[in-house]
Amino acid sequence: MTSTTTSWGSRRQGSPTRPSVRQRARRLPRGLHPGAWWLWAISLAVAASRTTNPLLLAIMLAVTSLVVVARRGDAPWARAYRLYLVLGAVIIVLRVLLHVAVGFKYGDHVLLRLPEVPLPGWAAGIQVGGTVYVEGLLGAVFQGLRLATLIACIGAANALANPKRLLRALPGALHEIGVAFVVSLTVAPQLADSVHRVRRARRLRGDTVRGIRAVGRIAMPVLQDALDRSILLAAAMDSRGYGRSVQAPPRTRHTSGALVLTGLMATCIGTFGLLDAQSATVLGLPALLTGLVLAAAGMGVGGQRVRRSTYRPDPWRAPEWATATCGLAAVAAMLWVGYTDPSALTAPLQPLAVPALPLVATAGILAAGLAAIVSPVPLSTASTTPIPVSPPVTERAQERPRP
Amino acid sequence: MSPAIVFERVSITYPDAPHPALTAVDLTVEEGELCLVVGRTGSGKSTLLGAVNGLVPHFTGGTLQGSVRLLGRDTREHRPRDLADIVGVVGQNPLAGFVTDTVEEELAYGMEQLALAPDVMRKRVEETLDLLGLADLRHRALRDLSGGQQQRVAIGSVLTTHPRVLVLDEPTSALDPTAAEEVLAAITRLVHDLGVTVMLAEHRIERVLQYADRMVHLSSDGRAESGPPAELMVTSSVAPPVVELGRLAGWTPLPLSVRDARRRVGPLRERLSHCAPQPRRRRPSDGIGVPALRARGIVVRYGEVVAVNDIDLTLRTGEVTALMGRNGSGKSSLLWALQGSGRRDRGRVAVVAGREVVSDVDLRAGIAPATLNPATLDPATLDPATLDPAQGRQLVGLVPHEPGDLLYLDTVVGECERADNESRANAGSCAYLLERIAPGIAPSQHPRDLSEGQRLALVIAVQLSADPAVLLLDEPTRGLDYGAKRRLRDVVHELADRGRAVLLSTHDVEFVADTADRVVVLADGEVVADGPTADVIVSSPAFAPQVAKILSPQPWLTVRDVQAALAPRTATSGASTSASSTSASSTSTVAPS
Repeated sequence: MTSTTTSWGSRRQGSPTRPSVRQRARRLPRGLHPGAWWLWAISLAVAASRTTNPLLLAIMLAVTSLVVVARRGDAPWARAYRLYLVLGAVIIVLRVLLHVAVGFKYGDHVLLRLPEVPLPGWAAGIQVGGTVYVEGLLGAVFQGLRLATLIACIGAANALANPKRLLRALPGALHEIGVAFVVSLTVAPQLADSVHRVRRARRLRGDTVRGIRAVGRIAMPVLQDALDRSILLAAAMDSRGYGRSVQAPPRTRHTSGALVLTGLMATCIGTFGLLDAQSATVLGLPALLTGLVLAAAGMGVGGQRVRRSTYRPDPWRAPEWATATCGLAAVAAMLWVGYTDPSALTAPLQPLAVPALPLVATAGILAAGLAAIVSPVPLSTASTTPIPVSPPVTERAQERPRP
Repeated sequence: MSPAIVFERVSITYPDAPHPALTAVDLTVEEGELCLVVGRTGSGKSTLLGAVNGLVPHFTGGTLQGSVRLLGRDTREHRPRDLADIVGVVGQNPLAGFVTDTVEEELAYGMEQLALAPDVMRKRVEETLDLLGLADLRHRALRDLSGGQQQRVAIGSVLTTHPRVLVLDEPTSALDPTAAEEVLAAITRLVHDLGVTVMLAEHRIERVLQYADRMVHLSSDGRAESGPPAELMVTSSVAPPVVELGRLAGWTPLPLSVRDARRRVGPLRERLSHCAPQPRRRRPSDGIGVPALRARGIVVRYGEVVAVNDIDLTLRTGEVTALMGRNGSGKSSLLWALQGSGRRDRGRVAVVAGREVVSDVDLRAGIAPATLNPATLDPATLDPATLDPAQGRQLVGLVPHEPGDLLYLDTVVGECERADNESRANAGSCAYLLERIAPGIAPSQHPRDLSEGQRLALVIAVQLSADPAVLLLDEPTRGLDYGAKRRLRDVVHELADRGRAVLLSTHDVEFVADTADRVVVLADGEVVADGPTADVIVSSPAFAPQVAKILSPQPWLTVRDVQAALAPRTATSGASTSASSTSASSTSTVAPS
């Protein structure tokens, strides 16, 4: 691939604004391999899942946001990070509301006295209403914050790397799943457009109904629109040859399907084991690795017969290694602190105290932030030259007097 | 030359359809030909095109009898994906068919599926970028491109696999005249230089006819005739103005391009030199022709982009105004801002007249007027944006670009009843309007099963049930055949004759020439021309209709005008018996001036 630099090859690779001499001396702008960004983001998410320490979580959020702001491109999917932050905030609020409504309340400092509904003995752990304590409430906030940080990490991966590029790696054996993924990833943002369009159109009919009844009136045209678009897209993919060389005999298909499914299940169990600090060690990393190996084998078997090439594949070079290492550093630090000093990773609630700031974990998270420096500047998707605008026709029209 | 596409006794029936979409079609397209498929809306053009690469019936369902062979490969044995290396298909809406996110990736997608070597892909992408003039857009996100650019990317994305057959479904329907020429120039270049076989369907035949080597005419019963365009055009149910002028003047063979016609137009021009075009419609009188809507300093901006830049516009009662301009010049934004439902960052709109002057000749004859009485409202405050939506639509009605967005019930009659409720109009008024505009729609039909023209008619009826003083139409002619456009013209004229102001945005110059009294041209969010239709469009190279180009320097716009001038003087202009409008103008009630 690298040997194909034709006379056009290096044209238009630069950023649209003329780079300064200093910039030119540094790396050329290019998109980082999406796998590297996902690895980095998932590492951070794993690290976040190990702690409820609000200081560490806040640093993590800050680091994630910093990297996103520094390294996202101007493509449509890069604009979505804010949505994930909003979603995180909503989750924190929901978690607190749930705690107040049905959560088990504990602590010494009374915050709010609410009437309590008595429940039978078997419903231990659920408490409808009841006195709200500062400790319990803070615990809920921190748990919500952890989930919000996880979501922000996934959002960062989505903003930094185009999820569709990851799908290129999908083996042909998973053809139908690939179609479904691409269709949903493409149609989902269009859904937002059509909701907007339909809501605007409803006003044209003077229809100002709100609430549940409005949902039906908006959903009907929007869903029909989404269905139409999905079918059109699937037809377009088919007529452009997607999955054309998938002609594996049934036995190969079944083998690869079974391998991939088992592998994915093991991966799920492994991820769960890794995220849940209380579960047995064997459920953690070993299960995850086994799962990944099985899935890879399945994809390998299924993908043998697929002939497909990749246009300008994303290279995996030093910046990719560096970025992935940055993320892994955060996980390693967090795991190490969890092993040596587990209490530092939880917020002290009983008794209430200022949470500790474990040095190693902080350093690890900050190391993840280095991704903003070690990764290259993304390529701008904007036009390299302004769009040519032809002169308005009427100008010429006015020059020529009418007979 | 060997045949590229062969249809043998092909009949296609969709499930639950009462009759087949195509009936016993025999068709042979030789390699390197440009084959134009024409027919009225719903005559099966898209089905015919879909059958070429097997999307019909592999993807759509239905049964196919007979056989379709593409360079020797039968679609019964080959799925669409197995034909991807020899045929490229571009659908009606290019954006709906994009699989990736940027121009360059989209161009490469098909080649990746065919497993071409990386260096070949790299070279072909660059060649295609140059061939279609897309080099500057290579890293742009597909969704941010203009309509013409998207269409060119869609064509480019199937070209990179070097198909020998190209199938295009209405490639220029959403484009402004200039962008359409760009796309057509690219297509003809492929046919001439690369020998690609092209099969394309198009409603605006005037744009394509001159390039076609072969024409397929589909009649409403699903039968097809194929032959040289000049022969088929003699009897075709759809014909562009140049052909209609040729039929009128009795030229044989029929001219297919403006250039052909101009070479023969001498005698006709001679006959016409003694008469001037008659006034097109009744000129405003008694209370008609006064300002109906006054807009001052309208600004619409989206972030950094100023879509509408400080526009002043006055619409008058009884006047049909056309809003033209290239894709993205701010037409839709202006319409939505005027209606008040869309974004308006600055400026005032006042609906100052229109309802009171026409109460006696109400379109909804015999129906009680709606509850909003302009007499009780201060004219200065009649801004639809400040009223609640139900009242705003009684001042200004808007039919949006996607009329289907307004419909959400599952029967036509349900939509009509809902519209009556929303407009607080008497029961049955919407159904009555619909019957006037598009007779013969079954009330129990699902709105999505209607043809484009019928759906548009339903939405117009829904909006007219509120009896607005001003009606705005956003791209109403998209997907309409010539007959449907003539009916739309008559509806619009009738509204104007009853004192309403109509503003419609469109790219269709022939429709504008036939319909509008006044043309406003937008560019970059500003008004660059505003005047009577003839003054604005006759001398414009991009906007001039075919008849004007043929008869230039004489200022004729439409075949109807020419026919009216040639007909005996006793004929009335409104009830002209043009071949183009015999069926359509019978409802017109315009008196001679």
